[in-house]
Amino acid sequence: MQIIESSKIYDVVIVGSGAGGGMATKVLADAGLKVAVVEAGPHFDPANPEQQTQLKWPYESPRRGANTQRVFGEFDMAYGGWELEGEPYTQVGDTQFDWYRSRMLGGRTNHWGRISLRFGPRDFKGKDRDGLGENWPIGYDDLKPYYDKVDQLIGVFGSKENLPNEPDGFFLPPPKPRLHELYYIKGAKKSNVKVIPSRLSILTKRINNDRGVCFYCGQCNRSCSVYADFSSGSCLIFPAQKSGGQVDLYVDSMVREVLVNEEGKATGVSYINKKDRTENKIMGKIVILAASACSSARILLNSKSKQHPNGLGNNSNMVGKYLHDSTGTDRMAFVPSLMNRKRYNEDGVGGMHIYSPWWLDNKKLDFPRGYHIEVWGGMGMPSYGTGFNVNDLNKYLGIKVGGYGNPLREDIQKFYGSVMGMSGRGEAIAREDNYCEIDPTKVDEFGIPVLRFNYKWSDFERNQARHMHNTFEEIIDNMGGIVLGSKPTEKENYGLLNPGRIIHEVGTTRMGTDPKKSVVNEFEQLHDVKNVFIVDAGPFVSQADKNPTWTILALAWRTSDYIIQELKKQNI
Amino acid sequence: MDRRESIKSLFLGSLIGGLALESCVGENQQELNTKIWEYQYGRTPKEKATDERILSESFFLSHELKSITVLGHLVLPPNENGNIEDAGVPEFIEFMAKDYPNFQDQIRGGLMNLDHDSNSLFGKRFILLTEEQQKSILDKIAFPDPELSGSEQTQPIQFFSLIKNLIMTGYFTSEIGIKELGYAGNIPNVWNGVPQHVLDDHGLEYDPEWIAKCIDQDKRNDTAEWDSEGNLIT
Repeated sequence: MQIIESSKIYDVVIVGSGAGGGMATKVLADAGLKVAVVEAGPHFDPANPEQQTQLKWPYESPRRGANTQRVFGEFDMAYGGWELEGEPYTQVGDTQFDWYRSRMLGGRTNHWGRISLRFGPRDFKGKDRDGLGENWPIGYDDLKPYYDKVDQLIGVFGSKENLPNEPDGFFLPPPKPRLHELYYIKGAKKSNVKVIPSRLSILTKRINNDRGVCFYCGQCNRSCSVYADFSSGSCLIFPAQKSGGQVDLYVDSMVREVLVNEEGKATGVSYINKKDRTENKIMGKIVILAASACSSARILLNSKSKQHPNGLGNNSNMVGKYLHDSTGTDRMAFVPSLMNRKRYNEDGVGGMHIYSPWWLDNKKLDFPRGYHIEVWGGMGMPSYGTGFNVNDLNKYLGIKVGGYGNPLREDIQKFYGSVMGMSGRGEAIAREDNYCEIDPTKVDEFGIPVLRFNYKWSDFERNQARHMHNTFEEIIDNMGGIVLGSKPTEKENYGLLNPGRIIHEVGTTRMGTDPKKSVVNEFEQLHDVKNVFIVDAGPFVSQADKNPTWTILALAWRTSDYIIQELKKQNI
Repeated sequence: MDRRESIKSLFLGSLIGGLALESCVGENQQELNTKIWEYQYGRTPKEKATDERILSESFFLSHELKSITVLGHLVLPPNENGNIEDAGVPEFIEFMAKDYPNFQDQIRGGLMNLDHDSNSLFGKRFILLTEEQQKSILDKIAFPDPELSGSEQTQPIQFFSLIKNLIMTGYFTSEIGIKELGYAGNIPNVWNGVPQHVLDDHGLEYDPEWIAKCIDQDKRNDTAEWDSEGNLIT
């Protein structure tokens, strides 16, 4: 079939509309550049009543919130999951890498946890401390001005704590802790585990007149219809359009590869129009990949030409290497003194009001990098699963489990809000032998060669997960709670979830000064092709024990400023 | 007709041929389905098509649905809030059996085996037994062996656990069930901390130093401004 080529030539073609793509769109369109945004999924606006799930009740759906359609429950605002129909991926050996994708304008920013942590000075220089992995070519001071700007543009609540590796920012004030969070604070303090107000990109206070203020429904994962949480569409792309930016959105458009000219410079991208299944081209002077770490690596590896026979930007053979996700494991607790709770609305913001940043020194431990603890619980909105095994907890009270009739009513009332949980999210060590590559034996339904994953956890991560469970158990015990489930064993990797499960995959196009050991420079520009940039989490050298979004945004802004300067100097 | 009524009619429609629905609004079912699901809970076109397909098919026979309803009343007897039918539990279980086909054999086979046992013991199908006889059967299958895991329990116990779970979740995710449970959220509001009397009950108090950092809800609508050090000044 003939490939359809548009006659328009954009200044910039941006692939992907999540955090990185959204930020690049905003900064570059505000600077007057003509921008094309190419998104694999449909248009999405949380204020669109046809798409909105916020404030819906479980009984407004026939499956009451069950997750047969969307993996985090049918009201979750991600059109995607770990498995997408027609878009497979494969594994090497016994690898179990789970690859999450969300196909919609704004990508995963529409449903994420809004945990917005800056990397600290130590996070950029891990190798200096323990000799593992690689240092970043930049440090905290390079990124601080951009974190400051991101805070003020988008809004994040938090508190000034003056901790050495948890830099403070331009915060909105945090909400007060909920009841189960006060229990956690009490239990954690007893074990000298630091607890501070959480840092989430949710507007507890007005920041401008285009966005509303949080009204405490606790449903940020459904994407906020008054734009009181950060989603890339509502906070970056729509404002860029509104302020007169020249932004063309190409939705339902799945990019296959970056196109190059005779000199090997990028000239645009080719994509599949999902609606009519034609292959099309969009031409631009600069191409920015922001498709997510693994998708951008896939596009580069699939962009083979006689000028770039090993894939674009892959002279180093490093594209796809150093893939790593946050470590993660969870534990639940039954807190008997939270039985028979008085009822009141404690929805709060969508997510935790408190958390524990990493509080120990790894020199004294059998794992090299830290983790933070997230806390959850409360009298949440009933959904599919509420009332399952309603009185199993009776066994801890010496009462018979099971039965039928009105006693079950008393049981559900008694236990409502008495279970809480903790999640550890930590830093893994980036390794060259954890990677994604093209599987030459398979294509997806759009004819695009798919990714194959190879990933192994090491004892660094396993020992960290064991430490998480020991910590959880101690804190639960301090709270007067009962630990549910047994401690995961060595055979179970100490409860370490599959890589990809925490959805913080980074590192596949890492930055560095040496073109032989890295894919992009400190401005996220391909070493091999000067007019191609990557602004998702691919360029991360290491993940830290922080969530990646705030650093994606700060880096994307820094890169966009660099692009504007270089264009002025006519260097690109 | 309000939205909830529409949904209820839609279920009825799918079960008894659309009469209730059509008499109510005079539109054909397909059009109404489309309209309802569109603004109801934010479906993508593909998801909407799945819902419509499931709603247009039926799985349980009418006597099976009757058995499920009878079991529902035994698990959660009617009270001042209403009953499991008001909560849409049978329709919900019908939907889930099609939406998650793993349930099908477990529930259908479980119901048949329940009838078999009822016949052996009392010479009648389960729904025709007296409540006392029905309860005498439930007494044997409603209490799992605490020494065994879920999948090690006998089939009748596993069946009853499953149907009980679906009845419970169907009821407590319904409008009347949520009211009964006392969930107080899912409405715009302003969170200003745990009520004092609750803190008192739990022997807890807020740390004044911590609270000093938290949002003053009277100023939530004042546009944020910071000094150059990042200190909020509004």
